[in-house]
Amino acid sequence: MSSFNPRYHRQIILPEIGTTGQKKLDTSKVLVIGAGGLGSPILQYLTAAGIGTIGIVDFDTVDISNLHRQILYGQNSLGINKAIAAKERLTDLNPEITINVYPKKLTPKNAISIFSEYDIVVDGTDNFSTRYLINDACIITNKPLVYGAIYKYEGQVAVFNYQNGPTYRCLFPEPPKAGTVPSCAEIGVLGVLPGIIGSMQANEVLKIILQLGNVLSGKLLMYDSLTSQFSSFTIKRVESEITKILASAKNFETTNYNLFCGITQIKEINAEKAFRSKKAMFIDVREPNELPKIECLNPKYIPLGTLKEELPSLNKERNIIVFCQSGIRSKKAVEILLESGFKKVSHIKEGAISLYENMPDLTGL
Amino acid sequence: MELTIKYFGMLAEVTAIAEEFLQIEPCSVAQLVKQLQKHHPKLEDTNFKIAINQELVDHTHMINTQVEIALLPPFAGG
Repeated sequence: MSSFNPRYHRQIILPEIGTTGQKKLDTSKVLVIGAGGLGSPILQYLTAAGIGTIGIVDFDTVDISNLHRQILYGQNSLGINKAIAAKERLTDLNPEITINVYPKKLTPKNAISIFSEYDIVVDGTDNFSTRYLINDACIITNKPLVYGAIYKYEGQVAVFNYQNGPTYRCLFPEPPKAGTVPSCAEIGVLGVLPGIIGSMQANEVLKIILQLGNVLSGKLLMYDSLTSQFSSFTIKRVESEITKILASAKNFETTNYNLFCGITQIKEINAEKAFRSKKAMFIDVREPNELPKIECLNPKYIPLGTLKEELPSLNKERNIIVFCQSGIRSKKAVEILLESGFKKVSHIKEGAISLYENMPDLTGL
Repeated sequence: MELTIKYFGMLAEVTAIAEEFLQIEPCSVAQLVKQLQKHHPKLEDTNFKIAINQELVDHTHMINTQVEIALLPPFAGG
């Protein structure tokens, strides 16, 4: 019906769009992750343009400090989940489209099934771990990703994974160390900047669907709102980054993206506590010739180098305590275990040396 | 040869400049990065990609002529 809909008249009369283009918009499904500063303009323009189905993922609620830039919301939205509050406003803007809300956190467990329902994914999030998660899920489900991000007065826009173009990992294979790149909440942002960057993302979505102009694929666009300068940089596809993600696709659901981005703290316990942890399973990740052995803990002997091969033999439900000689290799082992979906894992500070020095008097047992 | 070095995002704050000029002998990108880190020690704690004349390159790339270098950090905000 939308083909002749007066609502879309001004875009239908563009010869490059017409009723055929409007039909393409009407049959498209776009998923927007993050209904905040970037999500606000993205969602409003996509809704207004008549995208047939829009999905909104956001676990957060509207706070008064959001309103200066998240212009989807008003006083009445305060305290309400953003995906739900957004749907209410967007339905008023255009009641003729379908809006699906996911008022929850995007996780490796739910990402693939949600992404599979859509044609295009738009990243309007505010942290690295979700950005890498989105990128990898787009590679696995083969969806184009319209990316936008901001820092103070500057913004970045790009389209990834579009027609065999580069992905976010081809640009930034590794996340920065946790805490080295501050967020808007920490350093502030002027409300118009996410408005500009989010609008550019919405424009790229429409270009992809309508096959208009040159999609911003293979390029990173940088915008400086203080100097009003745009700069565009060419990015190459790095095949090894993509095959790495595809090769580990079966483990995607258990990937810990917070850990990958250095957010999770590795739990460290001391020797005294280790000796009191009677129900835990201990793993000694040292080489077989390393002494002293700590036999009273009855550890499994799995040298760090072979830990990955031994993972299937370990019980994910058990409380696991890892140690090495001084506490360095055991930390690495904990990282491997957490990345593989183990949850209850800790390591012993100063390892076997500390265990040996603090060994309880076994004669009394 | 003289290079123009442009710093984006938080890198301009870390170095306290948005742009500078550097006299340098032909070198690899990795060597250039070391040189820049010597001038601006705080760059060592940052994460960025290098572009030469608006094209992203890896650290083995050689710089033989007068070019414009950009240091591009990742942004997370939204």
